[in-house]
Amino acid sequence: MTDFGFTLSKSSTLDLQNVDRERFEQLCKLEKGASVCIGCGSCSATCPAGILSGMSVRKVVLAVQRGQDVRSMLQCCMLCGKCTMVCPRGINTRNLILSICSIYG
Amino acid sequence: MKGNIVIIGGGIAGMEAAKSLISLGYSPIVVESSTKLGGHVASWYKLFPDMSSAKNLVSRLESEIKGATVLCGTKVISLNRLADGYSLKLSNGSVVNASALLIATGFTLFDAKKKEEYGYGVYDRVITNSDLEAWFSEKKDARVPDEPESVGFVHCVGSRDLKACNAQCSKVCCATAIKQAIEIKERFPYAKVYCFYMDLRLFGKKYEDFYINAQRDYGVQFIRGRVSEVGETLDGRLQIKAEDTLSGKPLKVQLDLLVLMSGIVRNQSIGELSAMAGLETDSDGFLRSIDNEYAVIESNRPGIFYAGACTGPKTVPETVAEARSAALAIHSYLETL
Ligand code: SF4
Ligand code: SF4
Ligand code: SF4
Repeated sequence: MTDFGFTLSKSSTLDLQNVDRERFEQLCKLEKGASVCIGCGSCSATCPAGILSGMSVRKVVLAVQRGQDVRSMLQCCMLCGKCTMVCPRGINTRNLILSICSIYG
Repeated sequence: MKGNIVIIGGGIAGMEAAKSLISLGYSPIVVESSTKLGGHVASWYKLFPDMSSAKNLVSRLESEIKGATVLCGTKVISLNRLADGYSLKLSNGSVVNASALLIATGFTLFDAKKKEEYGYGVYDRVITNSDLEAWFSEKKDARVPDEPESVGFVHCVGSRDLKACNAQCSKVCCATAIKQAIEIKERFPYAKVYCFYMDLRLFGKKYEDFYINAQRDYGVQFIRGRVSEVGETLDGRLQIKAEDTLSGKPLKVQLDLLVLMSGIVRNQSIGELSAMAGLETDSDGFLRSIDNEYAVIESNRPGIFYAGACTGPKTVPETVAEARSAALAIHSYLETL
């Protein structure tokens, strides 16, 4: 390809109708609570891994909803379960994380 | 004329108050400017949170106020203060004297055309919450496609919007949007349904259950971000833009139907009435109550009371409760004359 000395930036726009919801739907079957997350952030705020690694269950749930690959986002989770304790919607976030791992393989 | 009561407005507030006044032994006169009773509720399909029929509520109330004089298609032309009450000239030519007045004029739905960026009245597939209720009842609206693949709801249209001259929250439209999203999903289970919200305000009894049901049982997708613009694609679908504020990314989606949650604004006729009767308006444009905590149904004029959305956005149960309490307040007031 001819080098014009510049490149085009990739659009960051999320194209909602083309989002693949398949994995999110699978997840909702394994962890029924996944569908009722309200994005409150309690899980991320309490996460001991969060301050050092950016681990955030809230972001993980949203990313699965938006059809993204979330494997790299879970690496620092210690499965300590603190997030499960604080979730106001009663989501078993520990089971959620394990379910995501089994879905993404 | 002692004991003569005129109720201005024949929506559910006016009807419920009439019913209570009849049971207290009065024969109120209900003056309704439109041709039928029931106001906005009469053209609604189902009410939240129990999904009961709005029309049944109105017809039940209608049958319960047989003891009142109902004047539909009638307006108040002028209103004069008498020593012990008010004299009203009506558009049918008659003059009525009343010891007490109940203002139950309700609200007006925000005119969605004013938010031009949403294309109501411009694009074929953009409708309002009240259009959708009418479609649920009558199934006649060419703008609603037979098998929509995707449907969007825009919260806060003309509410919480300083540019639309309405800073207030309309209170009922978050629950209405979720109710309608569920009703759409029931009719079109394969459609993708999105609610675009700034905040979800689900304060009422069991409203949060609606939200959880919509998420869990109906798969309605809630996107926190206000729709910024709507355009039409070449094949006649809608393309909308918003920000997915939770991920911080711009978002676009194509829809077959967009429903605008038009907010509650003050009844346009209230200006004339408040000028005639010397009633004050509050900073939100609605009628001003003596105070907004303890005396919402009381006006600054003796013998004039309020019920329902003339003082601000109200739910159905709030309106009904105010109508009953206004009826009692009128009764106590008349006892003092
Ligand atoms: S289980 Fe994982 S995500 Fe939850 S608080 Fe512990 S480390 Fe954080
Ligand atoms: S605490 Fe629960 S509801 Fe809140 S963001 Fe985390 S998973 Fe979602
Ligand atoms: S109830 Fe919801 S949609 Fe209606 S104005 Fe308030 S926040 Fe907006």
